[in-house]
Amino acid sequence: MRSALAVLTVVAALVAFWYAACVPMNIRGTLVEVERAGAQVVPPGAAQRRGMGAWGLIARNGFAVPATWAQERPRLPAPHQVAVELWNTTAMKKITSKRSLVFHGWVTLSATLLGFVIGTGLGILLAVGIVHSRVMDMSVMPWAIVSQTIPIIALAPMIIVVMYSVGVQGIVPKAVISAYLSFFPVVVGMVKGLRSPDAMQLDLLRTYNASNAQGFWKLRLPASMPYLFASLKIGIAASLVGAIVGELPTGAVAGLGARLLAGSYYGQTVQIWSALFAAAILAAALVGLLGLIERVTLRRMGMA
Amino acid sequence: MILLVAAFLLWAFGWWLNVRLASGPLADSRAVQLLVAAIFGITVLAVWELLVRGLQVPMVILPAPSLIAVRFASSTDVLWADFVQTFLKGALCGYAIGCGAAVLTAILVDRSEFLRLGLLPVGNFVAALPIVGTAPILVMWFGFDWQSKAAVVVVMVFFPMLVNTVAGLRETSQMQRDLMQTYAASYWQGFFKLRLPAAMPFIFNGLKICTTLALIGAIVAEFFGSPIVGMGFRISTSVGQLALDMVWAEIFMAALAGTLFYGAVALIERSVTFWHPSQQG
Repeated sequence: MRSALAVLTVVAALVAFWYAACVPMNIRGTLVEVERAGAQVVPPGAAQRRGMGAWGLIARNGFAVPATWAQERPRLPAPHQVAVELWNTTAMKKITSKRSLVFHGWVTLSATLLGFVIGTGLGILLAVGIVHSRVMDMSVMPWAIVSQTIPIIALAPMIIVVMYSVGVQGIVPKAVISAYLSFFPVVVGMVKGLRSPDAMQLDLLRTYNASNAQGFWKLRLPASMPYLFASLKIGIAASLVGAIVGELPTGAVAGLGARLLAGSYYGQTVQIWSALFAAAILAAALVGLLGLIERVTLRRMGMA
Repeated sequence: MILLVAAFLLWAFGWWLNVRLASGPLADSRAVQLLVAAIFGITVLAVWELLVRGLQVPMVILPAPSLIAVRFASSTDVLWADFVQTFLKGALCGYAIGCGAAVLTAILVDRSEFLRLGLLPVGNFVAALPIVGTAPILVMWFGFDWQSKAAVVVVMVFFPMLVNTVAGLRETSQMQRDLMQTYAASYWQGFFKLRLPAAMPFIFNGLKICTTLALIGAIVAEFFGSPIVGMGFRISTSVGQLALDMVWAEIFMAALAGTLFYGAVALIERSVTFWHPSQQG
């Protein structure tokens, strides 16, 4: 209860800060607009105001403050503008429309999920191989760890273009990017998880005369679940970033990344912010869903 | 055809060598472990080279490692300029500002239980979001040059760093804090002598996570607009020109920068948190 109150307070403070920040960010553009509409602005003329600070302008033109939250193309849109745009482009549009964020969100989400499933599957397989084969452990594991320190997302534009030039396009190139971004965190986390049973537990299975496979299914795999879920959450967030970045170099056709890019080309700030929030909501939903599955699974297993 | 067979044989030989080394008597020594990883890496490179030559893969799909190396060596001046622009100016500035601000915020937050309760879930939530998406907005605000890239990096590293530092500052036990109290230590004495050192493993964990995030942020932000220099710019324009050897050279540069950056932070961590169990052995 107390923590919910605390979270709400922090969120309210952030929103209040956002509204406050809109005023100095947008005051110049707003003053130009209200002056054109016939209001008295001190000092008159955009050229006169150029040398002045934002706060000085606000102090002399207090009447224009509400207008900074209602501009057409503000430098920083106010929270309610973003919320209205989000509502208009999700609930009020047909989901097949090119302007619907649900449509763009689905384009991104489908690539994310496909890539995530492939990346996670391969990652778990490799982790099983690493745990069972000493050679694989010694040859592959160092590289998997090093890959965590390098910005492999830089490969994304090349993958898109190269796959396009061999005739593969659409969802697959984006899914490939998502897959390799979620692959390495899953490998590293899963190896840690499969190794998490301590010597005592492994010895116990040996006294039971359990085979390697039995040890894997009955001890290692269940023990690795908390680690698996932790890395799945990292992996799905990385997959989503990969899918969004993968949409940038294709010339912005569809998807949340395309919305971001198109918005930045045409100066549609409200559109950028609503696409950004759609991506954030999507990420939060995916991570939240995984968290839910984690809680249910671990409770069924008696681990949480 | 001969090259393909050679690639296959080389792979088999490399694997056989590694199997011998890994099951040999010296398998636990550090040198052999490094050697096995190095043999694997070199084998992959060699097989890549042989396959590309053997199958005559066109350069616009996958250039051979030798071509990439030649390109890397012949365009060091361009790569260096990109490195300065993206890494030293964009990523490093943003990293320093973002991590510094996050640590200071964490110290403030730490004084109030209420703030901590409220900010930690929000911070954890934001840390999972695709923050690179703010890049077009920040490019619009701060212009095309490195300042906007630094801003993206600041936003990206702030929350992971904040969450780690706040968690670290709570790492001391009641007993240790009571001891400080019996010494009549002031808040800041207790902070600098006990809680900050105890938080160091967490702070460095955050710093290490943020090294990769900083590079990702700086490179991806350049996809949204940049001056005609920078790693992200070079990658996106070279892809457009189908100069894939340049793209790979730039990616190698980014990998090198990322690994060295991480390694440098890990080295500092070793000397600062030498007392921590994870650093021993």
